[in-house]
Amino acid sequence: MLISTILTILIIFGALQALAGGLVYVERKICAFMQNRIGPNRVGPVGLLQILADGLKFIMKEEFVPHYADKSVFIIAPAIGLVCAMLCFAVVPFGATDNPADADYITHYQFIIAKNVDIGILFIFAVSSLTVYGIILGGWASNNKYSLIGGLRSSAQIISYEIPLGLSILGVVLMTGSLNLERIIWKQASGGILEWNIWFQPLAFLLFMISSFAECNRLPFDLPETEQELVGGYHTEYNGMKLAFFFLGEYTHMVTSCFLMVILFFGGWHFPFIAEADMWWGLKLIVFVAKMALFIVFYMLVRWTIPRFRFDQLMSLAWKVLIPMTLLNLVAVMFVKEYGITPWVLLPVSLGILVGAGLIASQPESKESPLAA
Amino acid sequence: MPIAESEVRWVKAPTLGLLDRLYIPAIIEGLGTTIKHIFQPPVTQQFPEERPDLPANYRGLHRLNRDTEGRVKCVACYMCSTACPAHCIDIVAAPAPAEWKDREKYPEMFVIDELRCIYCGMCEQACPCDAIELTSMFDLTGLTREEMMFDKEKLLSVFDQTAGTEKDPIRTKAGALSCASEPAK
Ligand code: SF4
Ligand code: SF4
Repeated sequence: MLISTILTILIIFGALQALAGGLVYVERKICAFMQNRIGPNRVGPVGLLQILADGLKFIMKEEFVPHYADKSVFIIAPAIGLVCAMLCFAVVPFGATDNPADADYITHYQFIIAKNVDIGILFIFAVSSLTVYGIILGGWASNNKYSLIGGLRSSAQIISYEIPLGLSILGVVLMTGSLNLERIIWKQASGGILEWNIWFQPLAFLLFMISSFAECNRLPFDLPETEQELVGGYHTEYNGMKLAFFFLGEYTHMVTSCFLMVILFFGGWHFPFIAEADMWWGLKLIVFVAKMALFIVFYMLVRWTIPRFRFDQLMSLAWKVLIPMTLLNLVAVMFVKEYGITPWVLLPVSLGILVGAGLIASQPESKESPLAA
Repeated sequence: MPIAESEVRWVKAPTLGLLDRLYIPAIIEGLGTTIKHIFQPPVTQQFPEERPDLPANYRGLHRLNRDTEGRVKCVACYMCSTACPAHCIDIVAAPAPAEWKDREKYPEMFVIDELRCIYCGMCEQACPCDAIELTSMFDLTGLTREEMMFDKEKLLSVFDQTAGTEKDPIRTKAGALSCASEPAK
């Protein structure tokens, strides 16, 4: 039990780092294809060794700390970012898991580091919002105006988007009756594809996705590191491994949030006929990771498609649009739960909330319309 | 003169309808555009292996043309160095050898600082006897600044390298002002 957990931790730790390297490569390739280019293709076959080359470059670089920087904080900051991002992953299932109610943890290996954590999703939110410390401390310690602005923007952004992020999944939590991620998967997997939460919570999924874009500082919301305005934002002064830590943290965050989207809304490892509850664990793992990979590709497509928001637009999107919508969605779920109505009602209700928000925003007389932001 | 009122056209931002306000159709449309590009062939040129097909009037490295007898065609008139906005042409003139019947002077030294040159082509236009031309060679490198000071021999060797190629044909024919690179027609 203990040994298998330690092994899992080691494998996941290594896999996440390798994955982050791979994702940088995939990201560059996708970006290149979208811009009718070829992308990295010099190092190794189709540029695959670029990952190694990048890693080596990060390691070999001179570790430079600006003399006006606060040395200890400057060095700790990227570590905080990475550690928090990695910690989140502790409770995220990444492969076949059983029903936690009657699972046999001794004989059946579970693809999760910390098994059966009843506060699962809460833990993720608690720890992942700590990553903002890495960013803000990094920005502060750099003793540089651009970095500081980047750090401050980041804290404002992450704090604002934590709220819709948390509120949007409350519907799912209410419907499952548990914060435990394995239980959330099991509820969907045991019911078949029509039990996937996406059918009942499409709006929540949309809001969750938008908020997690913001949480990961991904492109439409990458204001903490806008190259055009802030040089490099909070990591302007960073180089070498310390910079790599920031990137690793960011990509780990992205992987975690993609896993979460699959777990919360798309049935985790479940897929009809290919990976049903009683099937071989390998299939489940493949299905799970494939679903996650689809989301990552989607993240990247979005990154190279949608232009960046202005900061006031970002803020009003969170406070004036996302939070009211998540609240309405939550109220709808409460009604359904309280009066025992079929959850299918939630599908048109979600659509209604979305269209309603659009209608409010498209009123011509409203100068300060919420979506106009 | 102020712009006449009749010529001013006021443009109003289009009002966004419900679908625009939902943003989702717009985002899907945008994704459609970018995804479409994924399947289009790349326009990348694999540079060192694939060479660009440059137009004939590309302004690259200079060459000093030779006349029909293989001598430098330049008559050291200083027109090019006067025209040069970057002041990067350095010429030292000397009386032409006695057996060069067609001219009085020739350049004893002719140096172009290729690092200072802005490749504007003024020298080529100024030259009365078409002795200096810009070729389509663009990938010149040097390890030192001195290496990038192209002297007469080097510039003549550029001529030898490029004259036969299709890209940089000898553009000048026989002229009244100077001896021809190619026999007069
Ligand atoms: S190309 Fe322009 S800058 Fe260069 S040598 Fe000729 S005149 Fe001078
Ligand atoms: S203008 Fe022509 S002929 Fe005169 S010095 Fe320059 S290259 Fe020689």
